[in-house]
Amino acid sequence: MQATRRDFLKFTTIGGAAAAIFGFDLEPAYAQLRVLKIARANETRSTCPYCAVGCGTIIYTIGDRAKNVTPQVVHVEGDPDHPTNRGTLCPKGASLEQDILNDRRLLKPQVRRPGGTDWQDISWDQALDEIAQKVKDTRDQTFIEKDGKGNTVNRLETIAWTGGCTDTNEFNFLVVKTMRALGVVHLENQARV
Amino acid sequence: MSQATLRVQKMSGHAGSVPGDDAQREFTVCKLIDTTTCIGCKACEVACMEWNDLPFGETVFDNTYQTMPETRWNYWNLILFNEHEKEDGSLMWLMRKNQCMHCAEPGCLAACPADGAIVQYTNGIVDFQQANCIGCGYCITGCPFDIPKMNPKTNRVFKCTLCADRVSEGLEPACIKSCPTGCLHFGSKEDMKDLAEKRAKQLRDDYNFPQAGVYDPAGVGGTGVVYVLHDATRPELYGGLPSNPSIPWSVKLWKGPLKWLGNVAMVGGLIGLFVHYLRFGPKSREDEDIHPRGENP
Repeated sequence: MQATRRDFLKFTTIGGAAAAIFGFDLEPAYAQLRVLKIARANETRSTCPYCAVGCGTIIYTIGDRAKNVTPQVVHVEGDPDHPTNRGTLCPKGASLEQDILNDRRLLKPQVRRPGGTDWQDISWDQALDEIAQKVKDTRDQTFIEKDGKGNTVNRLETIAWTGGCTDTNEFNFLVVKTMRALGVVHLENQARV
Repeated sequence: MSQATLRVQKMSGHAGSVPGDDAQREFTVCKLIDTTTCIGCKACEVACMEWNDLPFGETVFDNTYQTMPETRWNYWNLILFNEHEKEDGSLMWLMRKNQCMHCAEPGCLAACPADGAIVQYTNGIVDFQQANCIGCGYCITGCPFDIPKMNPKTNRVFKCTLCADRVSEGLEPACIKSCPTGCLHFGSKEDMKDLAEKRAKQLRDDYNFPQAGVYDPAGVGGTGVVYVLHDATRPELYGGLPSNPSIPWSVKLWKGPLKWLGNVAMVGGLIGLFVHYLRFGPKSREDEDIHPRGENP
């Protein structure tokens, strides 16, 4: 039997149609819709800002730090190398991504004046100047050199300092030095925990 | 960039065998939930929402600390808070992290008629492929744990993926990583079973829970999520965990004997038609009209 060109076309068409109808799938059976969203993300080590436990976190940011790119935080999870939490987080810590991306997050200092009802935005420079001025005024007015028995005490009881959990040991060292130099006795920070 | 894909070993509604079946050696992954050390902090719930970028929804207060009465299509991981009164009258909290159990023989997959809408990877994870889903909702009927939930807007069904995107890259699921008490563990099925049995033995021997045991129901071929329970004889206490879950008989009947009967009937009908054609030939109305039967033309 001699196969003509017409026969060849006929059979390949029929065969192809049959394969399409009855299933002839050369694709390997792989499936997955989502790829790892942090595959090319930058990892930044940080500390959870909430409680005194001070869990280590990793903040995942997409964007390769090129000049024209604004990086975007996409995920936060526990730092497995951190001795405190070893990768775990509490529900509050696990929601840190939303803390960073939240519309209501404060990005600049605010002040509520004595007797005021509203918070006002002020600049960092103004905030620091005002705080420094208030510290100086308070200290000048209320510094105690000698107690009732005449002992030299050189203390300042009208200012208190409390530190946050993201403060490092080095920062706390400087804080203690500064506050002790001012005579502050009501002093608390994370390095004590 | 990762082109992470997982090989499929079971596929819903698929005619013939799955090309990837038996093609590769791989261990089965498993999640171990030790309900005895869960404190109900919900870190796993938050981690699940955060990793999977699930949309935020309203929570429902139901006179317990539970976030909402049951899981939703966009809330895959829910701690069930169950107050239990012991024999001596004292109260006890039985908390259970509820999510997809990733059964070895999934009822959802058996019930699903859409080709490749539900797949089981070679590492045991059962995953929904919403692109192939036809929105019939049979998987909801097929699941003995009432886990798949439909998005009413798009008519697609969603559930926990065991963070297949993370697992395929060698990371543990987000819930496992977050758990601060260490009641969640992740690893191979054998290791997790081993760990679970050890913990159950410890509970029986040292902690006065004589009924403590491991929940890995055989009715669905074992699960990819294994529980350690204070009282393994009564799993119903833990928010209605079925003591002997199995694929509903309607699904079994429909996907087993009825399917084959239907196939036989269909093919038999076609053969009958063909034989009838060979025997009697085509029906010719014109011939009958012109030459009534019994007359020679």
